[in-house]
Amino acid sequence: MHALANPRRFLGIARPLTPWLFWSGVALIVLGSLGGLFIAPADYLQGDSFRIIYIHVPAAWLCTGGWTGMAVAAIVQLVWRHPLAAIAGRAIAAPGTLFTAIALASGSIWGRPTWGTWWEWDGRMTSVLILFFLYLGYMALARASVDNEESGGASKVTALYALVGAINLPIIHYSVTWWNSLHQGPSISLTGGSEIASSMLWPLGLTVIGFSLWFSAIVLLRMRAILAETRIEARQRRMARG
Amino acid sequence: MNPWPFVTAAYAVTFIGTLLTSLWAWRTAKSAEARADALRERD
Repeated sequence: MHALANPRRFLGIARPLTPWLFWSGVALIVLGSLGGLFIAPADYLQGDSFRIIYIHVPAAWLCTGGWTGMAVAAIVQLVWRHPLAAIAGRAIAAPGTLFTAIALASGSIWGRPTWGTWWEWDGRMTSVLILFFLYLGYMALARASVDNEESGGASKVTALYALVGAINLPIIHYSVTWWNSLHQGPSISLTGGSEIASSMLWPLGLTVIGFSLWFSAIVLLRMRAILAETRIEARQRRMARG
Repeated sequence: MNPWPFVTAAYAVTFIGTLLTSLWAWRTAKSAEARADALRERD
């Protein structure tokens, strides 16, 4: 990991990797969406409205996965003082916010034909809405409090904020089992025993992997932008000093 | 209730969001890297 601490070495890997991640992600998203919309059979209970699952589940996975990534980056930043970890934390925030908004919007749109309501203040929806506000707070704090102007990364206060905000992650995960909820319980398991038929499951695998690759490409683009802006500011400060 | 308008709306929100974020992230990275390279060449 410390081999990547050098921004020049990081950029040498990130620049060629970004288009591969982006376009393979886009291809899998398109294939998975087409499969989910037109090939997978309709659900016996929810009918065609269940097809929203193919974008809602990846969005829900990436909004919590994104904050998990920010919390891990915060630990690496605070414990090992890795300069790129601080930048990675800032870079994850924007796509993480986007996917939290998509999870909320697609869940709400799904809820109307399925539950008969756009919104319910239950544990799952409320805790994801809190996550959305946490993301907005993180971005505002990161912009307002860059600790070390030479590094361009998130400040220590922002890293601590990411760690404290991670308390919300298990609340989101277990909300459907801790409290009564309109939201269905977990129906997909990585350890086997998924309750979804394989004819409906394969497009979901494609969209989950596709959106994850796309998310990684956006994080790399954001890291490249932050690193370049930091270089510009450092050079301008040197030029101003003469 | 016809579910397809809801399905279409959910996919539209997602694809518009990802498209706009892609354009914004690509444009900010490219323009920042171009400005950084131009400054380095000027020195």
